[in-house]
Amino acid sequence: MAAIELERLERRYGERVALADVSVRLDEGQTLAVLGGNGAGKTTLLRVLAGLLRPHAGRARVLGAELPAERWKLPAQVGYLGHEPLLYRELSGRENLRYHARLHGVGDERVDELLAAVGMAQRADDPVRDLSKGLVQRLAAARAVLHDPALLLLDEPRANLDPAAAELLEPLIGRASGRTRVLVSHDVEGALGESDVSIGLRDGRPAAVGRELYR
Amino acid sequence: MIAGARAILRKDLLIELRTKESVPAMVLFSVTVYVLFHFGLDRDSLDGELASGVLWVTLLLAAVIGVTRLFAAEREQGGIDGLLLAPVDRTSLFVAKAAALFVFLTAVELVAVPAFALLLLGPGLGGALPELFVILALANLGVAAVGALVAALAAETRARELIVPLLLLPLLVPLLIACAQATEPLLRQDAGPEELGRWLSLLSLYDVVFVLLSIAVFDFLLED
Amino acid sequence: MYSKSLVPLAVASVVTITTALVLVFFYAPLDADQGFVQKIFYIHVPMAIVALCGFVAGGVFAIRHLRSGDRSWDMRSYVAIHMSIILGLAVLITGAIWAKASWGHWWLWDEPVLVSFLVVFLLYCVYYPLRFSIEDPDRQARYSSVFAITAGAFVPLNFMAVRLAEKYTHPRVLSQTGGSLPGEMRLTFLVALLGVGLLFVTLWKLELTAKHASMQLKRLRNRARVAA
Repeated sequence: MAAIELERLERRYGERVALADVSVRLDEGQTLAVLGGNGAGKTTLLRVLAGLLRPHAGRARVLGAELPAERWKLPAQVGYLGHEPLLYRELSGRENLRYHARLHGVGDERVDELLAAVGMAQRADDPVRDLSKGLVQRLAAARAVLHDPALLLLDEPRANLDPAAAELLEPLIGRASGRTRVLVSHDVEGALGESDVSIGLRDGRPAAVGRELYR
Repeated sequence: MIAGARAILRKDLLIELRTKESVPAMVLFSVTVYVLFHFGLDRDSLDGELASGVLWVTLLLAAVIGVTRLFAAEREQGGIDGLLLAPVDRTSLFVAKAAALFVFLTAVELVAVPAFALLLLGPGLGGALPELFVILALANLGVAAVGALVAALAAETRARELIVPLLLLPLLVPLLIACAQATEPLLRQDAGPEELGRWLSLLSLYDVVFVLLSIAVFDFLLED
Repeated sequence: MYSKSLVPLAVASVVTITTALVLVFFYAPLDADQGFVQKIFYIHVPMAIVALCGFVAGGVFAIRHLRSGDRSWDMRSYVAIHMSIILGLAVLITGAIWAKASWGHWWLWDEPVLVSFLVVFLLYCVYYPLRFSIEDPDRQARYSSVFAITAGAFVPLNFMAVRLAEKYTHPRVLSQTGGSLPGEMRLTFLVALLGVGLLFVTLWKLELTAKHASMQLKRLRNRARVAA
């Protein structure tokens, strides 16, 4: 079953093209790597898949939901780990996760479970503004998988993570998690190594994956 | 959907309790404005229309602060993506934010109204209290609904701090008229004729119109 | 798209306004109390009515925009509101002139319609900063429409509230709505109202046509640039 089906997807920013002619198909359990230089449209693509942006033209089906009409179906099934951790800085890690748990109807035990899984059990009650970027990233990852989403959207998930932390997060957001994933990364080799399908973007349009992508 | 609205409301109240950024500022602002009015009007005590007017104008100006800060926590965490990614519909989001504003306004009034009575009011408040509660409750409902709408409209514009007062205050004029007129007889030295009925009706009509309108259009904000 | 009826409309406006002017200066009787100055009424009140209709129309177009997602409705809404704001300024100025000439004061708080108009005008002035502080065109259109609908709903509520707050002791001086006008005045007033209305619609279409053309031009330029 296809988890993601995009056909000539288009997204504009006024008159400027952010994404155009993007077509891709991803099956359940597979990983899609999205590669390209800065400003190529990778984050835009991720945000469209998350339901945060509506497509302007073309067809898009994510987890069985037609976009933009059925965007409302996505939040419950999608875990988004973007550039912003989406955590309230004045609240603690535990309070933040509990808030998200309540939004998704998930129990508090899962929060404790995840805190332990990302190695944050000790500092779970410190306000997020006191934590280093690496620790915040761990909490953000926990937030993204809290509701056991079918699709993970990862925008440079290993930024700010030391090797130990990256290893901790592997079973949650890595290949080993078995989830369908879309991965945006600047580490071309690494990304290609852990993905089944890949797409290169240049100025919003599909381009061959290779050195020219970054010119 | 109520669970979603409740979770968001709880989060906002928790953050306010933690940071204490909105409510104390609004209270302090109110008291400062009372002092300004004392000097500006060169009066030690007010009653009737003047008292009613000073009280309500001050409360509405303080409300502007609360409205400007309504989405502050979201902005600090990098935007409203968090709210958009939550499995909560826009109506619940609106209800949560409006409810938070309602709670903040009530908290402010718990201090600002007695402060007003202490500093500037000639006649005592005692007898007026039951009616005043009703007026305040209806007023808070209206301000909460309009305030949440304006906050969302201005949430992602560059000129937010300018736009919120310029947008909110004219929209609140009918509410101000109703509240000031309703409160005026309550604050008079000599008991005068009360026309609470007509002003409460206007206030209720205002509340109904803006709650329904805000719920209807909220869907179109905060998306994309 | 818009320019088909432009010429007939323009002609109709000019004819009607000229007729109205003739009527105002040569047909309508001189007011017993206020004299010649009262004739400002023939432009002040029609402009107020047309401006209010413009604001409401802006709200209706905005509803259609939100429901269909078609940005041309937002353009119609924007132009209607934009023109009504300018008209509103004229209403306030002519109202002040009339007040000063007739009663010696530049402003009358006793006149509920004028006062309501001031509040409405202040509100709609925020349309510009709100609209132009949003960069993304889609979002700009959407938020403008939400504003237009909110403000449109606000207008009647506001008039109601200000009217209710009016003190009973002061007589209403400026509003002489059609009902109590003698025959000649009523005819002149109606012709003036029609004239201002036609002028508004003509200018509205004119501005829409101009905007449409400039957008087409921009689109063609963009396409040429991309193809190069």
